[in-house]
Amino acid sequence: MGAPLAILNTENKKGLALISAPLGYVIAMLAVPLAAILLISFWTQDFQTFDTTPTLNNYREAVTDPLYRELLFRSIRIAGLVTLVTVLLAFPIAYFISFHVAPSRKSLWLFLITIPFWTSYLIRVFLWKVILGFNGVLNSGLQTVGIIDEPLTFILYNANAVVITLAHAFAPFAILPIFVALEKIDRSLLEASQDLGESKLSTFFRVTLPLAMPGVVAAVLIVFIPTIGDYVTPRLVGGPDGLMIANMIQVQFLRLNNAPMGATLAVIAMLSVSLIALLFVALNRRYLRGSR
Amino acid sequence: MKSLRTYAILYLIFLYAPIALLPIFAFNDATIIAFPLTGFTTQWFTELPQIPALIDSVKNSLYIAVITAILSTLLGICAARAAAKYSFRFKRPIMGFIMVPLVLPEIIVAVSLLVILLQLGLSLGAWTVIMGHVLICTPFCIAILNSAFQNLDPAMEEAAIDLGETPWSTFRLVTLPLVSPAIISALLISFTISLDEFIIAFFLTGTEPTLPVYLWSQLRFPARIPVVMALGTILVAGSILLLILAEMMRRRGLRRAGLQDKGGFL
Repeated sequence: MGAPLAILNTENKKGLALISAPLGYVIAMLAVPLAAILLISFWTQDFQTFDTTPTLNNYREAVTDPLYRELLFRSIRIAGLVTLVTVLLAFPIAYFISFHVAPSRKSLWLFLITIPFWTSYLIRVFLWKVILGFNGVLNSGLQTVGIIDEPLTFILYNANAVVITLAHAFAPFAILPIFVALEKIDRSLLEASQDLGESKLSTFFRVTLPLAMPGVVAAVLIVFIPTIGDYVTPRLVGGPDGLMIANMIQVQFLRLNNAPMGATLAVIAMLSVSLIALLFVALNRRYLRGSR
Repeated sequence: MKSLRTYAILYLIFLYAPIALLPIFAFNDATIIAFPLTGFTTQWFTELPQIPALIDSVKNSLYIAVITAILSTLLGICAARAAAKYSFRFKRPIMGFIMVPLVLPEIIVAVSLLVILLQLGLSLGAWTVIMGHVLICTPFCIAILNSAFQNLDPAMEEAAIDLGETPWSTFRLVTLPLVSPAIISALLISFTISLDEFIIAFFLTGTEPTLPVYLWSQLRFPARIPVVMALGTILVAGSILLLILAEMMRRRGLRRAGLQDKGGFL
């Protein structure tokens, strides 16, 4: 370990020089704008201009107005439900590909799963609207075949439709991290567990699942965080009772011309997401320790 | 085991069902998207080139997507190279920070950029959309390029230097050919993301809509739906074609580096 400090220093400099372009970009295009959002959330809209005296009025309004509160809680509820459904549906797929597909065919399966994700999000959400609608593909199809007489209404322009659509949209996001975690599991551990008298089922719950938890946690976060801010799905398939906080943020910015209130809602949404995410990671800390 | 396979196949059907409907109804000659099908027509496809607003939005989107792909791949190369070759202070937090746009809700990215652009008095247009798209595409490029740069054998570069090449010519003659499949793959992926992206474009596009923003404006009119389905068919077919190309490039890159294939893009 006699690496001279000088070499280490030039390496340090070269690395930092190279990383400075992407880092600078993220600072300029993300960190600074986010700071601006935070700042503006303490201002108020004064007709066409901002009143820049700092105030907590927006936050007071956001917390007390039942509409904002309902939208925020609903967004968290829907995002939570979407995450649960997506991860539960995704786990068996990741498990299947990792444990039961021949190694040479794994990348084909992964490719098949990721393809729909790369096609236009707008088109996919719109297709769900077409599928789930009152005279939609599902209802008209089932009626033509004669399985149902009346259109199904529980999937019609409501929160359920939002959950189905988002669970579809975020499927690969959940499958891939779980798959990666499963691939890392040393297969001899499973044999050892069965040699020591555990059944297949108890091996799964006591060895496989705990070792896959880092992937599950990653999947939960990568689905939960973006879904809470989803705008397109609630607008297209959510109906009036399926609208979420992102729709209100858009209305504040582009329709009501009240950027400070929109900024406040954005900050509150981000804070709630981060809090929930941190809490979730903390709860699963014991599974994550080994992976570092 | 067998039930797991059945489940996997059902899951694939669930994943592909919506997309499979696109061509079915794009060629159906009813204006309402419902069963039973009424008849075959190519009318919706022939209508497409006759909509000037659509043509403009396609041009605008292509311009934005090409520039976004180039810029975000360049930034991605810098980051992936730095991460693979050098160790520097705060490496982990810096790399983590650069990847943040991957998980941030897009609406947050969109409104925060909107606020700062309006405060600076800049007018919205293609370039403001590009700014936002580069931000969200770069992490994907880094994810693709990372494995390529990490798989590089440092001995090859050292050998080139020992044999008298300059650092730049080493990069050009040795490194670049080895990572070029990953670079092409990153270009294609970021191009696809930018072409399809809606939220950021919706907020930052100004008066010239991108293709997804134009599509959004058409979804309100029931009479336009079959045309939208036709357009969607073309878009999805194009995306799938680009993806297959990107995947072939990625695999070629792995073969060139003499490595086993371990999985998809992410």
